[in-house]
Amino acid sequence: MRRGSEEATSVKRRMAEDGRDESVAADDDSQHTAEDGRNGLNNTMVEESPTLLRRMEICVAEAEKRSGKNAVNMQETFTVYLIETRPMDALAEGRNPAPDSLWRRYSEFELLRNYLLVSFPYIVVPPLPEKRAEFVWHKLSADNMDPDFVERRRVGLENFLLRVASHPVLSNDKILHHFLTEEHSWKEVVYETGFQAKADSRLKALSATFRVRNPDKRFMDMKHYSDELQSHTSQLLRARARVADRLYGVYKVHGNYGRVFSEWSAIEREMGDGLQSAGHHMDAYAASIDDILEEEEHYADQLKEYLFYAEALRAVCRKHELTQFELEMATQDLISKKQQHEELSTGIVRTFSFKGMTNKLFGQEAPEQREARLKLLEELIEEGEEAVKDKTVECEEHVEKAWVDVQRFKEQKDKDLREALINYAVMQVSMCKKGIQMWSNAKECFLKM
Amino acid sequence: MSVGAPRALASSGQKPITEILHPLSAAEEPLSVTVGGDKEVALTNGTPVETSSPASTSSLFNRLQLDDDLEADVRDPYADSTEMRDLFVTVDDPKKHVSTMETYITYRVSTKTSRVEFDLPEYCVRRRYQDFDWLRIKLEDSQPTHLIPPLPEKFVMKGVVDRFSEEFVETRMKALDKFLKRVADHPVLSFNPHLTAFLTVKDLNKRQGLALLSKVGESVKHVAGGYKLRARPAEFCAMGEYLDTFNQKLGTIDRIAQRILKEQSEYLTELREYGGVYSSWVGSEEELRRPLEGVAGCVTTSCGALEDLGDNMSLDFLPVLREYVLYLESIKNVLRKRDQSQAEYEGRLEAAILRKQEDRTPMPLEVEKCQDKVECFNADLKADWERWQSNKRHDFKQLLTGMADRNINSYEKSQAAWESLITLLQDKQTEDKTSETN
Repeated sequence: MRRGSEEATSVKRRMAEDGRDESVAADDDSQHTAEDGRNGLNNTMVEESPTLLRRMEICVAEAEKRSGKNAVNMQETFTVYLIETRPMDALAEGRNPAPDSLWRRYSEFELLRNYLLVSFPYIVVPPLPEKRAEFVWHKLSADNMDPDFVERRRVGLENFLLRVASHPVLSNDKILHHFLTEEHSWKEVVYETGFQAKADSRLKALSATFRVRNPDKRFMDMKHYSDELQSHTSQLLRARARVADRLYGVYKVHGNYGRVFSEWSAIEREMGDGLQSAGHHMDAYAASIDDILEEEEHYADQLKEYLFYAEALRAVCRKHELTQFELEMATQDLISKKQQHEELSTGIVRTFSFKGMTNKLFGQEAPEQREARLKLLEELIEEGEEAVKDKTVECEEHVEKAWVDVQRFKEQKDKDLREALINYAVMQVSMCKKGIQMWSNAKECFLKM
Repeated sequence: MSVGAPRALASSGQKPITEILHPLSAAEEPLSVTVGGDKEVALTNGTPVETSSPASTSSLFNRLQLDDDLEADVRDPYADSTEMRDLFVTVDDPKKHVSTMETYITYRVSTKTSRVEFDLPEYCVRRRYQDFDWLRIKLEDSQPTHLIPPLPEKFVMKGVVDRFSEEFVETRMKALDKFLKRVADHPVLSFNPHLTAFLTVKDLNKRQGLALLSKVGESVKHVAGGYKLRARPAEFCAMGEYLDTFNQKLGTIDRIAQRILKEQSEYLTELREYGGVYSSWVGSEEELRRPLEGVAGCVTTSCGALEDLGDNMSLDFLPVLREYVLYLESIKNVLRKRDQSQAEYEGRLEAAILRKQEDRTPMPLEVEKCQDKVECFNADLKADWERWQSNKRHDFKQLLTGMADRNINSYEKSQAAWESLITLLQDKQTEDKTSETN
């Protein structure tokens, strides 16, 4: 537990720094785009106050097991997490106020993330830690209530909050603020935003992917990239789990030396003491792997975060396709309306149509009727033009905003993964050092034989 | 071997005046060594001092990088016994012979000595496994009261082991070298004429001629089985018990070592694949090329270190265990023969006592001769046992220290790789940071 909290503070420090870095980076971006002079859309996005994390200290302090009745009146056991927040300015002034705290369930974090996904379709929304342990090696428990799992999830949830709170756009969301500070009315407030309806109406168009005619090349590439990221991280996680399994075996088999040396020492005179104590060192060697692999699990969690980030990135691409598709549909609709209008006003039927046939068979309609229909069509065309304009704006806006956030994400990813790899190397060094230490101890005993 | 031989030569040259020189040469050594040497003499209690075989024990570890340390450590307490040694043998240079009849391997057996029993100071002959086997049988026959070191297994599972593979020949050569060195270092066995013949005669096929020599040692007549000993002396009972337990422990250690090798090789397979994933990831992460390639490189280095560890363990660790398993068989054999000789004596004594009660004749000479034989047997066996115990302690000390060293070495290699990666990446990071601020 102590180790966990240390880890958490170090992560937090890192994130707070990131938060600062990112706001600076975002400012740079806004300058660039303004200079490019494409449009002012970005301003709405980068017009943010400093990220929430600079105004508020956030941590998920502890986890607690609870049981209660669920919606269908069934008894269930679940875990709640204590979120603590403290205003930064108070800290800066040297006061040390008691933190505001509230409990949240994992499902509430999920709700928050879903809300963010729908409300900020152009943002690569930070992922939540896994719901169930995946890519585990055999000694690691896959049980949701396992204390180690709960602890890793606590760290993961805190990481999620820190990422959201340090995000230049997400951190300024009111609902997020609500989530962090208002224990009770929060859920109602979220549902009031109607984000679910928005999400539902758009879900049906998911198959749009296959029908988009002019997808943006950049988004195609990005989608391809997110597939690669996902496949590489998942391959790596699988391979790592197998390596961990084997390494565990190697260490634990060495433990048998501990037993046999101690038994053997009983029949030896001069060698006895040395063997006996060497045996103890072999026991310690075998036991040391537990901590080593427990620590390595942290590295796996970092990789997992990016495995899930791949999905978030893909969601941004999919939403681009969706708006692009809607734009194309609206444009299509407008074109056909315009064509109808033209046919009706000139009387030239360019294409074979049922209407054309009926006209020929039954004669022309009355001029008043024609006038009324033309008028209706003109109205529809006007509406259509409006819709195309809206969709074009929406689409362009999505592309612009998404592009900015994807660049931010890429920078963050490069930085994080580089750090994770360095940390992994540090872990490997410490494992080697431990091994050398243990074998040196054993060697000293062997030399005394 | 090449390390052991020249050192041995130098001391053998000094031999005639060794005993006079001894106090002086001891004085040249650090004080603690002199103390150790004295202790060794006191410990062996009357038996010749040249009990140990530093040259031979260290020869097995010549492959080891940290050999120097080990050797220095082993040599010192036995400094004076090295001075006393005057027969040095080496088995090396295996050669394959292919004839129409058979294919076999011969080994070069080199001898350097200052003993008067030898006409020349140096000999060099080629011997095959069969010849070693002949020597061992002859030694066993002519010196039944002594513990004869074991030969490597004669039979190998066909199909499972390739008798002509480099690895097999190398392992067998080392075991033969070990066998011959143990014999040459033995105060009694090393004077056996069969050994002299083995080391010096060019063509050992003239075995009939050698048969005359075999009269030197009178073999024990085996009494029919079924006779129950009245009482095996406590010390020999203890030996028997010790051998049983030790045998069991050796078996366990062998199983553990093999299992570790298996686990390590499976670990190695997974680790290689794991490293490959990092390499292939580079394809989609240009910015992370250096760290990803770096990690892949470190994993490869660790794989290499691990592979070396496994190779060394199976080449050097397992054969020693196997030699000792065979050694235990030899000792059990001698113990059995001792029991038989005691049984023979007791049987005759009982019969004599019966006869004595009937016709009051004096104790026949035959019985006394038997008693002498048993006592002689006991003394030889005890001396050999002490020598064996001390050799064993040494061998296992070296074996286990070697195992620790190899593991340390393996960890050190991968630690170095990871550390240099960290330095590289951190330098890159600060570089990037400074270039950003610029």
